[in-house]
Amino acid sequence: MSVSLVLVVLMAVLYASGVYLMLEKSLTRVLLGFLLVGNATNLLLLIMAGRAGLAPIVGGDVTPEQMTDPLPQALILTAIVITFGVSAFLMALLYRSWRLSQGDSLEDDADDVAMRRRGDTSIANDEADSAPADSEFGADHADAPSATARGAAPDGDRR
Amino acid sequence: MLALLVAFAVVSVVLPPLTRLLGRRIFWVAALVPLAAFVHTIAVGPTIIGGGTVVEAVPWIPELALSLTARLDVLSWVLALVVTGVGALVLLYCSSYFRDSEDGLGRFAGILLAFAGAMYGLVVADDVFLLFVFWELTSVFSYLLIGHYTASKTSRGAALQALLVTTLGGLVMLVGLVLLAVETGTSRLSEIIATPPEGALATTAVMLVLVGALSKSAIVPFHFWLPAAMAAPTPVSAYLHAAAMVKAGIYLIARFAPGFAEVPLWREVLVILGVATMLIGGWTALRQTDLKLVLAHGTVSQLGFLTVVVGYGTRDAALAGLALLLAHALFKSTLFLAVGVVDHHAGTRDLRKISGLGRRAPLLAIVTAIALASMAGLPPLFGFVAKEAVFTALLTDAADGALIGWVALVGVAAGSALTVAYSARFFWGAFARKSGVADAKPIAEKAGFLLPPALLAISGLALGFIAPLIDTAISGYSRTFPEAGGESYHLALWHGLEPALAISAATLLAGLGLFWQRARVLDLQRNAVSGVSASTMYWSSMRTIDRLAARTTSLTQRGSLAFYLGVILVVFVLVVGAALVTNRTWPTELRLWDYPAQLAIGVIMGVAAVAATRAGKRFQAVVLVGVTGIGMSALFALQGAPDLALTQILVELVTLVAFVLVLRRLPARLGVTHTSSHRLLRAVIAIAVGLVMAVVAVVALGARTDLPISLEWAELAFVQGHGSNVVNVALVDLRGWDTMGELSVVIAAATGVASLIFISGRTDDLPRIARSEARKTLRARRRRAEDLSGDENSRNSWLLAGRTLAPRNRSILLEVVVRLTFHALIVVSVYLVFAGHNAPGGGFAGGLVAGLALVGRYLAGGRHELGAAAPVDAGRLLGVGLTLSVGTALVPLFFGADPLTSTWVEGEVWLLGHLEFVTSTVFDVGVYLVVIGLVLDVLRSLGAEVDRQLETEGATK
Repeated sequence: MSVSLVLVVLMAVLYASGVYLMLEKSLTRVLLGFLLVGNATNLLLLIMAGRAGLAPIVGGDVTPEQMTDPLPQALILTAIVITFGVSAFLMALLYRSWRLSQGDSLEDDADDVAMRRRGDTSIANDEADSAPADSEFGADHADAPSATARGAAPDGDRR
Repeated sequence: MLALLVAFAVVSVVLPPLTRLLGRRIFWVAALVPLAAFVHTIAVGPTIIGGGTVVEAVPWIPELALSLTARLDVLSWVLALVVTGVGALVLLYCSSYFRDSEDGLGRFAGILLAFAGAMYGLVVADDVFLLFVFWELTSVFSYLLIGHYTASKTSRGAALQALLVTTLGGLVMLVGLVLLAVETGTSRLSEIIATPPEGALATTAVMLVLVGALSKSAIVPFHFWLPAAMAAPTPVSAYLHAAAMVKAGIYLIARFAPGFAEVPLWREVLVILGVATMLIGGWTALRQTDLKLVLAHGTVSQLGFLTVVVGYGTRDAALAGLALLLAHALFKSTLFLAVGVVDHHAGTRDLRKISGLGRRAPLLAIVTAIALASMAGLPPLFGFVAKEAVFTALLTDAADGALIGWVALVGVAAGSALTVAYSARFFWGAFARKSGVADAKPIAEKAGFLLPPALLAISGLALGFIAPLIDTAISGYSRTFPEAGGESYHLALWHGLEPALAISAATLLAGLGLFWQRARVLDLQRNAVSGVSASTMYWSSMRTIDRLAARTTSLTQRGSLAFYLGVILVVFVLVVGAALVTNRTWPTELRLWDYPAQLAIGVIMGVAAVAATRAGKRFQAVVLVGVTGIGMSALFALQGAPDLALTQILVELVTLVAFVLVLRRLPARLGVTHTSSHRLLRAVIAIAVGLVMAVVAVVALGARTDLPISLEWAELAFVQGHGSNVVNVALVDLRGWDTMGELSVVIAAATGVASLIFISGRTDDLPRIARSEARKTLRARRRRAEDLSGDENSRNSWLLAGRTLAPRNRSILLEVVVRLTFHALIVVSVYLVFAGHNAPGGGFAGGLVAGLALVGRYLAGGRHELGAAAPVDAGRLLGVGLTLSVGTALVPLFFGADPLTSTWVEGEVWLLGHLEFVTSTVFDVGVYLVVIGLVLDVLRSLGAEVDRQLETEGATK
C-alpha cells in the first residue's frame, strides 16, 4: 500500500509535540499533550486506511474498492469519544488539584521521595527468634483448666 | 483414590462452618475421611503385596497430555498407610488437645484435613506436575498450620520461614521435573523412573529434584526451618513434622532411587548431606531443654538417617530404608503426641521444670518408653528391626569395597549413638524426679487423650514381632532395584549373632555413656557454639533481600510522573527502533499527498502543534491544540470519512467549552517549567518518539499486502445490518462489542469526573425549577410589554432560569440564540441518531449535538438553567444508555441467535411514507444517551458545581 508523506510527517510532528508536552510538570500541558497524542494516533489509524476514497456509504454506483477503508474509521470514531472522556477526566483532576494545592504542577510523590531519602535504614531487624515458647498451656492452669485458661499464655502475645 | 481426594477437599471446606455446631467434636468428623482412605488402602493391600498396582486416571489437560493419574505401588501404598493412619489418629487426638473455645478451631480443623488430603495426593500422584501441585499445597497448608497462633510473631516468622525454604526448593524441583518430563517425553512418574534418561542434562535435572526433596525434608543446609516450625500446635508437629510433610522429600528420594541411584553424585550427595544432618541434628538435640525441641532436632537427625539409607540405592538398603521410614513415622508421632500430653499436664515443656511426672502419669510414661525404645533401636521393637537391616545393608556394601559405604556406616552408627543419648535424655527429662524441682501434681490420665499415641506405640511394638510379614509386604519396593550378588536381606527380629548386632550394642553403650556424662556434654556444647548457623544465614539473606528491594524501589520509583513516562518512552524507542532497523518490508510506493489540500491543512496543524508547546498562556495553548483538532476534522472530511469529521468537530467544541470552564479558575499564565537541561532531553525524547512512530506507520503500511477485510463490510452492512452507512453499522452491529467496551470507558470517565468534583456523592444538587411554574411567570412577563422598557434588573428573560443570573452576566443575544436553537438542535440530534444507519450521523454525533444544546443553555442561563434544561440525573442517563445497549446485545440470545444479532421491520406509515426500523438502532440510542450523560456530567461538574463552589467561596469571603 502506498503512503501519503504529508500525513506521516504531520503525524510525527503531532506525536513529538504531544510527547514533549506530556513530559512537562504542568498538568495543563500534560493534558494538552495528551490531546495532541490522541490526534496523532487517530492520524496513524487514518494513514492505515490507505489511499483516500469516497465515503463508505452504500448506494449509487460506489464500489467497496472506491470507498475509504471503513474499519479504521470505526476505530477512530471510538477513539475520538474515548479521548474526550479521558480528557474530561483529566480536566476534573486538574481542577481538583488546583483547588487542593492552588497549583497545577505534578509534584514528585512524597512517599517515594521519603523512601529515597531514607535509604535502607528503614528495614527493621524484625526477625522472629527461632525458639518458640516452651508451652502452649499456661503453667498455672495445668490441672485446673478453665474456659479462659488457654487464652492466657504466659508470654502474653499469643492471641 | 481420586474420589477420596475430592472427599478430602469437600469435607475440609465444610468443616469450619460445622465447628460452630460441634465444637472440638468436629475432629471426629474430620478423622472419618483419612480413616476411610486408610481402610481403602488396606483393602487394596492384597493386590499391592501381590505385585500389582492400582491406577486411576482422569484426563486433565489432554492437549498437553496431562492427566490426573493416581497410582498405588508398594512405596506409595506404605506412605499412604502412614499418611492416612497417622492422620486419622492425630485428628482424633486434636479433639482432646484443643478446647471448644480455641480461636480459629474450625479453620484449623479444615486446614489440617486439607493438608492430609494434599499429602495423600502427593504420595498417590503419578504425574510429575500433579505431584508438584500437591507438593506446593502441602507447603501452603503447612504455612497456615505453623502460623496457627496468628497473634504470635514467632509463629508467623516460623511459618514464613518454612514456606520460603520449602517453596524455594519446590520451584527448583519443578525445573528438574520439567527437564525430566521433556527429556523422556512423558510426565508420568512411573514411566520416567522405568526408563530413566541419561547424560549431563538428566544429572542436572535429578540434582534439581533433590534440592526440592532435601529442602522439604529439612536436610543440611535447609535443616533450620524444622525446629523453628515447632511454633505450631503440637498435633501439627506430630503430623507434619514427623509422619507426613517432612517425609515427602524422603518419599521423592525413594521414588527416584530405583531409576537414578546410579546417576553420578546421587549417592555421594545424599550420603554426605544425610550423615551431616544426622550428626548435627543429634548433637543439637542433646542441648535442648524444651522437650519438643529435643524431638524436633531429633527429627532432623532421623531425616538425615533416612536420606542416607533411602538414597543409598542398593536392594537391601531400600528395604531397610522403607522399614525405617515406617518405624520412624510410628515412634516420632507417638513422641510428639506424648509431648502434647506432657504439656497439658505439666503446663510446660521445659525439662528443667518437670519432675516426677512418671509416677503421676504411668501410662503416658509407658507409651513414651515404648516409642523411645523403638527410636533408640532396642529389641524387640520395629525400630530395632529396621536399624539392624540398615547396618547389615551398609556393611555388606562397604565390605564389597565401597568407600561411600564406610562413610555411611560410620556416620549412621555415630548418629545412632546420639539418638540413644537424646532418647534417654528425653525420658529422663519428661518423667524423672529432679532434685530442687517441685513434683508434678496428681493427674487423672484420660484414655481418649492417650489412645492415639498408645495405638501408634503399640503398632511399633507389634510390627517388630511380625517383621517377616512386613518384609513380604514391602519387599516389592526393594525388588525394583537391581539384584546384587548373594542373597537378599530379609527383615526379622533375630538374625543371630552377626556384625550388625555388635554395632547396635556398641551404639547403645556409647549413647548411654553420652547420657551419663550429660553435664560434660552440655559444657562442651556451650563452649563450642559458634555464631554462624544456617538459621542466621537465612535471616541475613532475608535482610539483604529487603534492603535490595528498598534500594531498587528508591532507584526506580522516583515518584515523578515525567520520569516514569520518560523511561517508558525511551524503552519504546529503543525496542521498537531496534525492531525497525531489522525490517525488510518497505512500502513500494510513496506519494507526497492524496490531494494538495492535505499539505495546506498539514502545515497549519503542524505549526499549531509546535506553537502549542511554546505557548505561555493557557488559553492560547488550548486554542492552538483545538486548531489541530479542527484540522483533523478537515482531513477526515476530505479523506472520505464524514462520520469522523462530524464527530471530531463536535468533540472539539465540547472540549473547548470544558477547557474554558476549568481554565476560568486557573491563572492565565502557565507556570514555570523544567530547567533548560531537561528541556533538551525532553525534546530529544519527543523527536525520537515522533520519528519512530513515522517509521512504524510507513513499515506497517508496507507490510499490508492482502486485501483489507473491510472490502466485504459494505455487503455485510447492507445485507446483514440493513444499513448503508458502513461505519455506523460497524459500530452498532458488526463490531458492536468494541462499542460496548467503549461505552464502559466513557461511563467510567464520566463517573470519575463527577466524583472528582462532587466530593461527597454522585448525584448533583442542581436546582430543579418547577417547569410549569417557571413557564407561567415567563408568559406573564412577556405579556406585560412595559417590562421590556424597564430597568436592567427586571429585563425580560428568554430562558426559564434566565433571571437567576446577575444582570452583568447575562447576554440577551446569547439568550435569544439559545432560545431559538435549543429545540432545533435536539430535533437534529434525534434525527442524526435515526438517520445514522444510512447516512453520516449516529449515536455519537447525535449525543454530542444534544450535549452542545445543553452547553448552550448552561452558558446562557447558568446552573439553574442547566437544571431546568436537563431535569434528569446524568447517572441515570448513563445507566439507561448502557442498559439499552446491553439489552440489544442480550435479547437475541433469547431467540436463539448470537448476541447483537439485528433484525428489522419496515412498512408504510401515514404521513411519513416508507419507514424501516433496525433493532441495532436501539443500540445507537444507548450510545446517544451515554454520550449525553457524559457531556451533562462534564457540564454539571466542571460548570454548575464549580459555579456553586465559587458562590459559596464568594459568600464566605
